[in-house]
Amino acid sequence: MGIKQKKVNSRRRKGQPSAGRRERWVLRLYIAGKSSRAVTALRNLRVICEDQLNGRYRIEVIDLLKNPRLARDNQILAVPTLVRKLPLPVRNIIGDLSDTERVLVGLDIRERSAGRG
Amino acid sequence: MKKRGLHSHRNVLAKTPTNIQGLDEITGGGLPAGRPTLVCGGAGCGKTLLAMEFLVRGATEYNEPGVFISFEETEKELTANVASLGFDLTDLVKRKKIWLEQIRVERGETSQSGDYNLEGLFIRIHLAIESIHAKRVVLDTIESLFFELPDPHILRAELRRLFGWLKRKGVTTIITAERGDGSLTRQGLEEYVSDCVILLDHRVTDQSSIRRLRIVKYRGSTHGTNEYPFLIDEDGFSVLPVTSLGLNYRSSQERISSGIPRLDTMLSGKGYFRGSTVLVSGTAGTGKTSIATQFVDAACRRGERVLFFTFEESPGQLIRNMRSIGIDLEQWVKKGLLRFHATRPTLYGLETHLTTCIKMVNSFKPAVVVLDPINAFVVGENQVEVKTMLLRLVDFFKMNRITAFCTSLTSIESNIETTDIYVSSLIDTWLLLRDIEIGGERNRALYVLKSRGMAHSNQIREFRLTDHGIELLDVYVGTEGVLTGSARLSQETKDDADRLLRQQEILRKQFDLERKRESMEAKITLLRTEFQAMESEALNEIGEDRGRTKVVIQDRVKMARSRKADA
Repeated sequence: MGIKQKKVNSRRRKGQPSAGRRERWVLRLYIAGKSSRAVTALRNLRVICEDQLNGRYRIEVIDLLKNPRLARDNQILAVPTLVRKLPLPVRNIIGDLSDTERVLVGLDIRERSAGRG
Repeated sequence: MKKRGLHSHRNVLAKTPTNIQGLDEITGGGLPAGRPTLVCGGAGCGKTLLAMEFLVRGATEYNEPGVFISFEETEKELTANVASLGFDLTDLVKRKKIWLEQIRVERGETSQSGDYNLEGLFIRIHLAIESIHAKRVVLDTIESLFFELPDPHILRAELRRLFGWLKRKGVTTIITAERGDGSLTRQGLEEYVSDCVILLDHRVTDQSSIRRLRIVKYRGSTHGTNEYPFLIDEDGFSVLPVTSLGLNYRSSQERISSGIPRLDTMLSGKGYFRGSTVLVSGTAGTGKTSIATQFVDAACRRGERVLFFTFEESPGQLIRNMRSIGIDLEQWVKKGLLRFHATRPTLYGLETHLTTCIKMVNSFKPAVVVLDPINAFVVGENQVEVKTMLLRLVDFFKMNRITAFCTSLTSIESNIETTDIYVSSLIDTWLLLRDIEIGGERNRALYVLKSRGMAHSNQIREFRLTDHGIELLDVYVGTEGVLTGSARLSQETKDDADRLLRQQEILRKQFDLERKRESMEAKITLLRTEFQAMESEALNEIGEDRGRTKVVIQDRVKMARSRKADA
């Protein structure tokens, strides 16, 4: 319901009101084995989610070494890749998520302009 | 292993045949097996097609399944694009011979935070290779990643890792890349793929397009270094490595008739060498095509196949015209021995003509090829290109023991010998046709300018087109120069009369002389008789004188005695 409205609206407005409406976030993290980078990425993601999403989120971790087919099905190249499945639209962030500001902007949790300022 | 490779013969380097026409010849057997090859070139130069044909041929002809990773086109687009070349990708994919996979990264939807690697890509390629047990892989065009993913430094490092990884997997890989400004590829991929680099090029000169291929490098192997023209048509990719063939073809001792008995006589009695290149040049209407068709007719009579490239006349017109000199070409066409190929030289570029010609020869397998005329290709200042093309063509014919018969039209103003000088070195037997204008008539004369490897005639022959073919006649060579036609006839009549007169004169003179000799001898006899008479008379007188002198002396002695002289 609320999703449909968002499609027309600009991205800038999406983050704040959605968070306010206690919307559920579904974040999927693609990794390839338990590498140190994968571990770092997952840790960074958890910290950010706890700080910003306050329990309204779910994290799915997909190990491509165990499910290689999903790399093709979901067009994954880079690892780690974080995909915001919900709320729509889908957003992707690649890297170990060590740059928190960019994660917040990338996920539209914080407005870009605000994030930079 | 590696050390041995360096020191041993180049053939030790394992190669994966592409079976793409011509490519294996210039690479000495194919692409480096188990290693990546970079194919670069501008947009639309045929990179994708080359890569795809490499896979399809591998899958269908060598039972080596292949993975095609496309970074640009969708599976559907790819299938449609190569269907025009006769490749049924859908079927190959179904039979697990080919694996098509499109890699799509939506730009703008991806942001970066921290380090990443391309393990996802590795996993996908690995899965694809494992799924069909692929031996060949194509990455088309992996450089697109630079537009789609952030951080070029990471990308570069990851691509380097990828190429190394593919090498370790032992798959023969083609990586395609766009040509960059001043470098082979935009992202400098040639630094990472160092085993083999192939450059494709697509140029348009004089409104005709020319595709060329060059092996920029091939580590551990010799390779042709030239730019080779290539074609993309309904049979796929074909490279023409004709210049790489060199001069090591076996030459034939076999002789074949020119179809004109007296011309055979002029060529030391046996005609042309099989596999040689014959050029007949002359001005318009001197009968070049007729000499060619006479040869064609003779070849067909021997049961040989002839491929006739006509660049000025349509086959129908040619057949009609040749019927007027008593040569029925149609029967050979019907028997499948003679095939015509008529195109306007300006229709497409030289390379396309060359490739078409070679392809037709490869499929029809003729013993004789006629090119009528070769200089139809010369437009403006492209003589060098034409010569290069002919050189390739001639080499190709010689390799295949095909006798090539070329005609060349020379303009009236220019000197025949210099007009065709640009092809002279390619020609084994060069016939020259000349117009001789005397007494309001134009007649044709033929002579052999050169003919390698035989003692050919140095005589000029009059050349006549009759309703039963070509005839060669002796020409009149006399004090007034070379005469042909009626001039020759009238000169011959005049000569006959002259000769008769001269003979009579001689007879008369001989008679005269004889008479003079007789009269002289008569005179000599007379003189001798007179002399003899004189002589005997004189001798008598001398005798008498002596007698008289004696008497006088005696008389004197007597006188002295009687005078009692004391002296």
